[in-house]
Amino acid sequence: MEVLVCIKRVPLSGGRFVLTDDSTEIDTKRLGFTVSPHEETAVEVAVRLIEAHGGSSTVLTLGVPESEEQMREAMAIGIDRGILLETDGAEWDGQATAAAIADAVRADGTAFDLILFGNESADAAGSQVGVRVAHLLGRPVLTGLKGLSVADGRLRGERPIAGGREVFEVPLPAVASVKDGVAIPRYPSVPGRIRAKKKPIERSTPARPPSRLEKVSFTLPAETGKRATVLGNGPEAADAVVDVFRKIGAI
Amino acid sequence: MILVLADHDRGELSELSLQAVEQGRQLAQTSGVPLHALVVGTGGSAAAASLGAYGVATVHLAVHDGLTDYAPAASARAAAELVARLAPLAVVGVGDQRGNEVLAHLGAITELPVAADCTSVVLGDPTAVVRARWGGNLAEHALLHAPVALVSVVPHAVRAGVPGNGVAAVEEFTPELADADLLVHVVDRTAEVGGGISLTEAKVIVSGGRGVGSAEGFGMLEELAGLLGGAIGASRVVTSAGWRPQAEQVGQTGTKVSPDLYIACGISGASQHLAGMASSKTIIVINNDADAPIMSHADYAVIGDLHKILPAVIEATRAALA
Ligand SMILES: Cc1cc2nc3c(=O)[nH]c(=O)nc-3n(C[C@H](O)[C@H](O)[C@H](O)COP(=O)(O)OP(=O)(O)OC[C@H]3O[C@@H](n4cnc5c(N)ncnc54)[C@H](O)[C@@H]3O)c2cc1C
Ligand SMILES: Nc1ncnc2c1ncn2[C@@H]1O[C@H](COP(=O)(O)O)[C@@H](O)[C@H]1O
Repeated sequence: MEVLVCIKRVPLSGGRFVLTDDSTEIDTKRLGFTVSPHEETAVEVAVRLIEAHGGSSTVLTLGVPESEEQMREAMAIGIDRGILLETDGAEWDGQATAAAIADAVRADGTAFDLILFGNESADAAGSQVGVRVAHLLGRPVLTGLKGLSVADGRLRGERPIAGGREVFEVPLPAVASVKDGVAIPRYPSVPGRIRAKKKPIERSTPARPPSRLEKVSFTLPAETGKRATVLGNGPEAADAVVDVFRKIGAI
Repeated sequence: MILVLADHDRGELSELSLQAVEQGRQLAQTSGVPLHALVVGTGGSAAAASLGAYGVATVHLAVHDGLTDYAPAASARAAAELVARLAPLAVVGVGDQRGNEVLAHLGAITELPVAADCTSVVLGDPTAVVRARWGGNLAEHALLHAPVALVSVVPHAVRAGVPGNGVAAVEEFTPELADADLLVHVVDRTAEVGGGISLTEAKVIVSGGRGVGSAEGFGMLEELAGLLGGAIGASRVVTSAGWRPQAEQVGQTGTKVSPDLYIACGISGASQHLAGMASSKTIIVINNDADAPIMSHADYAVIGDLHKILPAVIEATRAALA
């Protein structure tokens, strides 16, 4: 089978975000980059499907040329090739992103049986792109999957609801968005990384339409101004912890 | 008018749907237009009737042989029919999995942009929204350029309204659905096995991060959770390492929790973890780094090696309970 997985390069900040002076971007000078855990999971799912069913896998990104870094990461764990839709770094809204991805899929010509997305991107979190691509390509789409399997030309997906799971089933070709936890992403091996460097990436530069969801600025949530009261150092603090349990009625 | 997409699960309106209704009611009031709602499926007729109490003037109940359970594309098709027929100023949905899914379908069908996870919406041309990004660690101020504003509201941004004496007119209609619209629907439901206290309902969560060091290390956390009648939580480092099941992951891509007490053991407090637990009522940290970022979100802390501290806390708790 042929599987396409779509990922997005995003800055990784462990602590509070720092904004540029005009508050229109995250200041990334001191930051590394990554993709959403949902998408890391989607990449792992793609690799496993190809291991199980044969065929080949492709990773697609719309982003700055440096997004190659995230595509190589995906290739290091087994994705075969890449499609990089290069941008100048300006933000594309979900509608424009989906249109560019659908165009790229048509232009590529590969008959993808399954196109995988993260449930939502780490930064924009519009929950839009996968569903919109599905409509543009006229395919069924399952979203938010926490369980996924392919058999007999059908995709079965599960997602949690209160007290259990709901199950969906659609024929391939289909589109699916997955959530962190469907499969634990493997770590790339050294040979995997070396192989990844030689895998082909096709580049093109789509034109960005005007934003219909237009970002104006960012603001950070107010500082908590909170500072934990230190109950003590080491095991001696145990009684003080129990006092807190008592005070708040936990025991 | 303003159209709210009121989600129900087999007839039961969710708390989040009532929040979306309240958001819609406020928008309708500000704009001086009536509030309508869409409820999908005959199973939702009781739910539809109850919406009048929350300020809805007219409920459109979509009935169709194929609409027996949740079917996102079909729901969106029904909503699109109303959008075409009634030209609402805005369509308001719930900012959860189902709500955002239906809105994405609606956006695709109507070729309109969608602003998901809004904390504030000011209708106009363009509409100004504030959206939660990075699990609420960043607020985006954005403009929605569209004749109909499609928005979802982030859970708990507004409180559900207090029910009054209002009565809604319920108008049944049969949306025109193609087979493709009904392709995606719930085919089965499975009950969760295992039991135990669910993470979202637990009053106490004892949560562990990289500092716990191993799957075995969680034995101590389980013991403390047992004494406090709590559940286990984990950071993504822990679930990625396979020390704990992913269902226990707390954070931006895990579960969002808000217990009375959250005990964070060996967790640094990355923003993506905080996104899932910062609203806990009381947070106690056990960490060997007095400067860990989580300290500025916590109420109490014990500094030191959790492998020495937890056994002492367990013993002291046992003594207190005896
Ligand atoms: C888009 C995105 C989404 C993400 N979603 C999530 C999510 O949902 N949930 C999540 O948790 N993470 C998420 N992450 C990952 C997140 O950025 C952090 O990598 C992760 O939360 C760190 O986990 P940690 O605190 O266990 O580990 P670390 O950051 O390594 O912290 C370990 C802490 O343990 C302390 N420690 C070490 N040894 C001991 C000891 N013996 N005794 C006491 N303390 C000790 C250290 O001082 C340190 O503070 C996400 C990342 C991205 C990019
Ligand atoms: N710029 C992009 N390039 C490739 N895939 C993307 C891009 N933006 C979003 N996606 C995919 O679409 C999913 C949903 O994104 P969103 O609609 O922004 O929440 C993400 O998890 C990715 O899989």
